[in-house]
Amino acid sequence: MIVANRKPFEEIVEMVKPYRKVLLLGCNECVTVCATGGSKEVAVLASELRLYREKEGQPIEITEHTLERNCDPEYVESLKPMVGNYEVVLSMACGCGIQFVGEHYREMRVLPAVNTTFDGVAEEQGVWAERCLGCGNCILDKTLGVCPVTRCAKSLFNGPCGGSTGGKCEVNKDTPCGWQLIVDRLKEMNLMEKYMEIQPLKDWSTSHGGGPRKRVREDLKL
Amino acid sequence: MSASNLERVLKSGSFAVTGECGPPRGADVEVIRKKGAHLKGYVDGVNVTDNQTSVVRMSSFASSLVLKEMGFDPIMQMVCRDRNRIAIQSDVLGAAALGINNLLCLSGDHQKFGDHPTAKNVYDIDSMQLIQTLKRLRDEGKFLGGEEVKGRPDMFIGCAENPFADPFEIRAMRLAKKVAAGAQFVQTQCIFNVEKFEKWMEMVRDLGVHEKIYILAGITPCKSIGMARYMKTSVPGMDVPDALIDRLKGVPKEKVSEEGIKIAVETIQRVRAIKGVAGIHLMAIEWEERVPEMVQGAGLYPRPQVN
Amino acid sequence: MRLTYPANVKIVKVPCTGRMDIIHMLKAFENGADGVFVAGCLEGECHFLRGNLRAKKRVAQAQALLNECGVGGDRIAMYNLSSAQGQRFAEISREMTEKVRQLGPNPVKKGRAEAA
Repeated sequence: MIVANRKPFEEIVEMVKPYRKVLLLGCNECVTVCATGGSKEVAVLASELRLYREKEGQPIEITEHTLERNCDPEYVESLKPMVGNYEVVLSMACGCGIQFVGEHYREMRVLPAVNTTFDGVAEEQGVWAERCLGCGNCILDKTLGVCPVTRCAKSLFNGPCGGSTGGKCEVNKDTPCGWQLIVDRLKEMNLMEKYMEIQPLKDWSTSHGGGPRKRVREDLKL
Repeated sequence: MSASNLERVLKSGSFAVTGECGPPRGADVEVIRKKGAHLKGYVDGVNVTDNQTSVVRMSSFASSLVLKEMGFDPIMQMVCRDRNRIAIQSDVLGAAALGINNLLCLSGDHQKFGDHPTAKNVYDIDSMQLIQTLKRLRDEGKFLGGEEVKGRPDMFIGCAENPFADPFEIRAMRLAKKVAAGAQFVQTQCIFNVEKFEKWMEMVRDLGVHEKIYILAGITPCKSIGMARYMKTSVPGMDVPDALIDRLKGVPKEKVSEEGIKIAVETIQRVRAIKGVAGIHLMAIEWEERVPEMVQGAGLYPRPQVN
Repeated sequence: MRLTYPANVKIVKVPCTGRMDIIHMLKAFENGADGVFVAGCLEGECHFLRGNLRAKKRVAQAQALLNECGVGGDRIAMYNLSSAQGQRFAEISREMTEKVRQLGPNPVKKGRAEAA
C-alpha cells in the first residue's frame, strides 16, 4: 500500500496559520494501515493543533472527518454538503487523495499534512518498507521475486556494486543490499547460473519519466 | 595498432602501471597540470576520476583532455550515476574524437556520500550495460537506439571490480560477466588484504577469466594511521586488516608515512608474483609526488615505450 | 489505607494502562489538565501481559507530541507500581504535583484566557 509520514508539526502550523476554521480529512485505507492519516491520527493532529493555537491565543476550529477512500469519486462527493463550511481543507490522505479532493472542490485549497513516500509492505508491526515504484515493466520473473529497481539504491540490473558489505547497502547499514537478496534467492532455488545472464537495458518509457500515466478499460466506461 | 598506449603495453606482455589524478574542485587547470607533472614517465596510462564520491569536481572529460595535451594516455572514468544513455553515448563520441581512447565503466558512489545529497541520481543504465554500449558503438557501429554511428569511437574498454565486497562468492563471476559484456581491462579496489586478493585471483583463474582480461591490481599507500582507519571504517567495500594498522602504529609518528610507502611497495611485489595479474593501478590520492619512488622501488622504472 | 494525597489529583480508572491511547493523554490537556501521570503495573507483572509496556511506548510518543505542540512533554510521566503499594501511589501523586507546580499551569489556559 501507499506509505506516508506526517509532515513536521512546524510545517503544518505554518500552512494553517491564516485559517480559523479547518476541515481535517483522513483516509480509511493506506494511510490508516501505515498509521499516518487514519481517524486516530486525525484525532491526534487535531488535538495538537488546538492545543498549540489556543496556547498562542489564536484558537482554531477543527472538524475531524475520515473518508473511506479519497481516490474514488463516490466517497469524495460525499463531502459536498460540508466542504463549503470551512476555510480550508487539511488532508492526511496520500498525494492522490489530496489532489483528487482539490479537483472536486476547486473553490477550496487542500493542504497536505503528510509527505507521501513509497509503495510498500508491512515487514512487521510498525515497520513499513518500500517494494515497488511502478516502473511499468515488471521483471520480477527474472530476478526471482526481488525487484532490483526498488531494493537496489542504484537500481542496478547487473549488481551488486562494489559497496555491498555484509549483505547491507552502502547507503544505509540497515538496508539490505538488493543484489545480495537476489543472489540469496538464486542460491536457494539452485539457479546460480542465471546470475551470468546480462540483463538488457531497461525501458524507462513506461515509468513516470515517459509522462504521466493512465489506465483505461473501455468496456467499463459508462 | 591501438590508439591506446595502455593497450599496447599490456598486449606486449609488459607489466603495466597506471596512475590516477583527481580533478580540482574548481576551474583551475594548473592543479591538474601539477599532479600530472609528478606522474610523467612513471605510468602507462592515467585515470581521471568522475565526480568521485559524488563530490563535484572539474569534469573527467575536460581533465582527461588536459592530461592528453601533456602527453599522457588518459583513462577517462565514467559513472552511471549522473548521466543517461543519451549523454553517455554523446560523451563517448566526444572523448574518442579528441584522442581519449581508454574508458573505465563504473556504477558510481551513491550521491548521499557527496556534497549534493539532495540531487536526483540517474542510473539509467548500469556499469555492465555501459560496457556493452561501448562495445556496440565501437564494434557494431550502432547506437543503443539502433541507428548507425558515423565514425566509430576507438575505445579500450575498462571496468572495476572489488574483490573485498560482498557477496564474495560472486565477485569472480561478476568479472566474468563483465568480460562477456566486452571489458578488456579491469582495475581492482585497493588491496591491503593480500590473502583475500589471492583467494579472489584463484576463483578468477578457475573461471579462466585471467586469460580473457588484463587485471590491474589496485594499490594505495597509507599516509597516516588516521587514513588507514578512515578507509577501514568509513569507506564501503574496503578491507583494511588490523595487522596493517598495527604495523603503522609500531613505528614512530614521523616514520608512519614512510612505512606506508614501504607497505605499498611490498604489496606491489607480492601481487606481481600472483599468476594472472597483468599490472598495477596506483592510487596515491593527493600524494602523487610519491609515485615515482614507488614505481622505482618496485623495479618498474623506466616504463616501456611500445609502438 | 486512608493515606492522603493531594486533592488536585483526579483519577481516571482503566482496566489496564494498555487500554489508554495517545489521544486520551492529549485530550486531558485539551480539557485543562496541567499534568498527567500514568500508573501501570510493575513491568513483568501486567495482568494483561504487555499492556503496561504498550502504555510506556505511548507515553513516550505523547511526550514527543506535547513537546512539538508547545505544551511540554515533562507534564506527562509513566510510573509502575503494584495495586498493593498505597504508600507509593501517594508518594507519586505528591511528586508529580510538585513537578507540575514548578512547570506552572498548562500554557493553553493562558491562551484561552487571553482570547476570551
